[in-house]
Formats: sequence, structure tokens, C-alpha cells
Amino acid sequence: MKTIDLASSNRSFIQQVEEESGQDVSRCYQCGNCTAGCPMNFAYDLPVNRIMRLIQLGQKDTVLASKSLAYCATCETCTARCPNDIDVATVMDVCRHMARREGKLAVWPVRAFVGSFLKTVETFGRSYEAGTMGMFMAATGRLISDVDLAPAMLSRRKLPFMPHSIKARDEVSAIFKRFREGVHEQK
Amino acid sequence: MSRNEPFGYYPGCSGQGTSAEYDSSTRAVCAELGIVLQDLDDWSCCGSTPAHTVDHCLSTALSARNLVQAGKQGLLDVTTPCPSCLKNLRVALRNMSDEHIGPRAAKLLGGETLKEGHTIKSVMEVIHDQVSAEEIAAKSMRPLTGLKVAPYYGCLMSRPQELMQLGDPENPMVMEELLTAAGAEVLPFPLKVECCGASMGIPLNEAVTRLSGKIVDLAASLGADVIAVACPLCQMNLDLRQGQINRANKTHFKMPVMYYTQLLGLAFALPHNELGLDKLVVDPQPVLNKLADQRRGAAKVEQTEGAA
Ligand code: SF4
Ligand code: SF4
Repeated sequence: MKTIDLASSNRSFIQQVEEESGQDVSRCYQCGNCTAGCPMNFAYDLPVNRIMRLIQLGQKDTVLASKSLAYCATCETCTARCPNDIDVATVMDVCRHMARREGKLAVWPVRAFVGSFLKTVETFGRSYEAGTMGMFMAATGRLISDVDLAPAMLSRRKLPFMPHSIKARDEVSAIFKRFREGVHEQK
Repeated sequence: MSRNEPFGYYPGCSGQGTSAEYDSSTRAVCAELGIVLQDLDDWSCCGSTPAHTVDHCLSTALSARNLVQAGKQGLLDVTTPCPSCLKNLRVALRNMSDEHIGPRAAKLLGGETLKEGHTIKSVMEVIHDQVSAEEIAAKSMRPLTGLKVAPYYGCLMSRPQELMQLGDPENPMVMEELLTAAGAEVLPFPLKVECCGASMGIPLNEAVTRLSGKIVDLAASLGADVIAVACPLCQMNLDLRQGQINRANKTHFKMPVMYYTQLLGLAFALPHNELGLDKLVVDPQPVLNKLADQRRGAAKVEQTEGAA
């Protein structure tokens, strides 16, 4: 079992999570309701209540390295069932943002999927499945398990190979550009 | 607001591809009910789940661009069939007036701001608000009598409660009310707000075969003829991926999965091509057969009663 070095408690991490999520993580009393309802728990290395506890203990590195952040389906069951009204899903969301910012987000396929999706939006103004899947396969070098779906999708004309691009594509790509330049962080 | 005033309509990206039948059946049902939908000009992607897992300012800006468009068209009341788009648009509306995120997202938008007084609703709520159960019953030329429906909302429609406001987040009833008014027998469905595996289908297929597998399994064991859905991602996981589910779990389900708008459209006797029934992967023919049998049965009863 992994031991936790309490001396390494990172106060600024706790504060940052609380600020970005607007949640008071100290209210968690470890009842486990969130984990009991979490549909993705089977894939997690740390159950969501454990993540809450580790945040309380300021265990930044352990939390940000957890695969659970990537596998969370953002279904908000945890939020709905927390007896202390903690918006647990938002806490997961901000930890994921931090992990991504620090280049720590575990689970490469999830990261590749998110990246591929956003790239199609940046390029065309809208997302389209064939583009996301194509880029995902190119990025991960794996033929996704979904090639078996292509015949059903094609015969029902559900997989357009051309994106539906919008007229004001530049407006959307400008949002991404400003985001990368950090315009929103400037005073 | 009066019925004649249009709602700004945000179809969502999947409505152009994987959920074309949701879009077309939504338009057909709204037209039949006198709800006017006006498309937002040159709308763009709301950012969906990927954007908000990356950054809240980015997802707010991507969604809010569409509200800027709506404002320019003079459309304050916006509606969308897709729960994921609904949630993103609502969060964006809330965030734009948040003292921290609002000004930062506005910077990403190049300084564009929103008009006052926007509302954003799901098409399901719009129908529920604008049309009474009696009107739906009166429109139902071919009521869904005898059809056993498992109503499945998925995880997005009702959570979090303050934002989505669809009644009890663990037990919403709006879809039940609409389909019951159209004559269906709507079953109590305990998994109605459970997660289907969401967008994990591509990076972690097991999430979908497990979670959606449970949903199909329960619907079948309750004797449902069809699962009614309101979310494009749920529909895709339950319908398109039902083959993957069957292979992973060694099951043999052929459970039709239809949008609630397609079922309403059947009740209203709208043309099948407008309802996009040919787009479904699991064949909905058993549903159509059951409805036809019921009608024949009812006609016979009427005949014999008439003769007596
Ligand atoms: S939001 Fe994430 S952590 Fe919470 S219940 Fe859903 S999958 Fe689990
Ligand atoms: S449900 Fe709330 S209080 Fe209970 S363990 Fe989870 S976060 Fe903590």
C-alpha cells in the first residue's frame, strides 16, 4: 500500500483547488457516497472519495498523476449524491485542468481524444466525428476499436467525411488562439 | 411568451451527423405542435465535454459565441435538443455574468458581450411548457397504446439540479408525461439517470459496454419494447454500440433505442422519413409492428361493437 507523507502536504494546492472550484473540500467527511454512485470507479486507480481525501491532505502529486482524472465521465452523480453539497464533479474538473496545465494528465488515449476533438472545432468551427476519429488514430497510432461501427454508420449516412464548416471559422479559431496566448489571464 | 414567437434553435454538431434523426424528428414534432424554431445563424460547436475538461474560460467562450449570434438575431429564448449543448450553453450564460470567469471569457471572445435576458431550454422542456397533455393526446392520431417504453434520460439532463431544473434530479418525469400523453405505457425505469459511459466509447470502450450494457439489460428484463432517449451520445452508445455491448457481455439484445421525438412523431402520424427511422441501427420494425397490431385489434373491437 502506498503511504502518504504528510510532511509533503501542499497548502497552496488545497487553496488552489478550493478557489478554482468554489468548493470547501474540508467539508468532506469520507462517507463514500460519491464512490458508491461513480460509474467509472471500475477503471479508477483512486476512487473519487479517496481523491477528495488526498486533496484535503494536500497530496498534489498523487492527485494530479491519478488516472481517475482522465477516466471521469463528468456525469455529476457524485455531486448529486454528496450529503455535504460538495460539487465533487467540479473538484475533479479543476484537478484535471491542473494536471493538464502541468502536463501530467495520465492516460494518453483520453488526452488524444480530447485534443483531436478540439482540433476539429478549431479548424472548422464545428466538430465532426470522422475527423476526430481520424486524428485520434493518427495521434495514438492505434486503430480504434470502433472500425466495426463504420459500416453501420456509413450505410445510414451518419459519418459525413466532410466537415460542416461554418462561415465565421476565423471567429472560432481566434478564441483558441487567444486562449493559447493566455489573453484571458492578462490583467 | 406566445406560441408564434420563434425560439432560437441550436441544433448541435451531432445533429448534422450521428444524430440527424433527432434533429429532423425534433423539427417535425415542433412544427406539428406550432412551436416555431429559427436556426441560429452560423452557429459553432459549444465545446462539448472536451472543452470543459480543458478549461472553463475556453468552454464558456466557445458556447457564448452562439448566444452572441442569437442576440444579434434578436432571439433571447434559445432551445436545443442536445443535453450536452444545453448544459454548456447554460453554464456559459451563468459564467458570463460571473465576476471571475465572465470578464476572462469575454477576452477570449474578443470583447463581445451578451444581451440581457437570455433563457436556454431543452426542446423537451419547451414542448412540456408550451403544449398541454390534452393537446398532445388530441394530436395523437395514432396513439402509442400498448407500447412499453423504458424512459432513459442519461446523466446530463437532470444534473446538477440548480442548473438543469428538470425536477427531481434522481427521478425526472417530463419525458414520461409527454409519452404517456401520447398513449404509451411508460415503465418505471430505475436506471433512468445513470451514466451510459458518455464519450468514453472511443478511449475506453469497456466503460460503454459495461454501463450501457446494464441499461439495455434492465430495459429488456422489464419487458420494454423500446428505450426512449433524449441525448445523442446515449442514443449512440445504446444503439450503434449495442453490437459491441452484446459481444463484450455475451448477450443477444435487439432493443430498439429511439428518440422521444421519434415516438411522439409516430403518435402524430408524421412521415417516417421526417422521423429518420431508417437511421436507427437496431431495427425499430418490432415497435412499428406492435403499434400496427394494436391498431388492428382496436379496429376489430370497434367493428364487432358496431355490428352488435
Ligand atoms: S463525475 Fe466523475 S467522479 Fe463523479 S460520479 Fe461521474 S464519473 Fe465518477
Ligand atoms: S459524497 Fe461528499 S462527503 Fe461523502 S465522500 Fe464523497 S465528497 Fe466526501
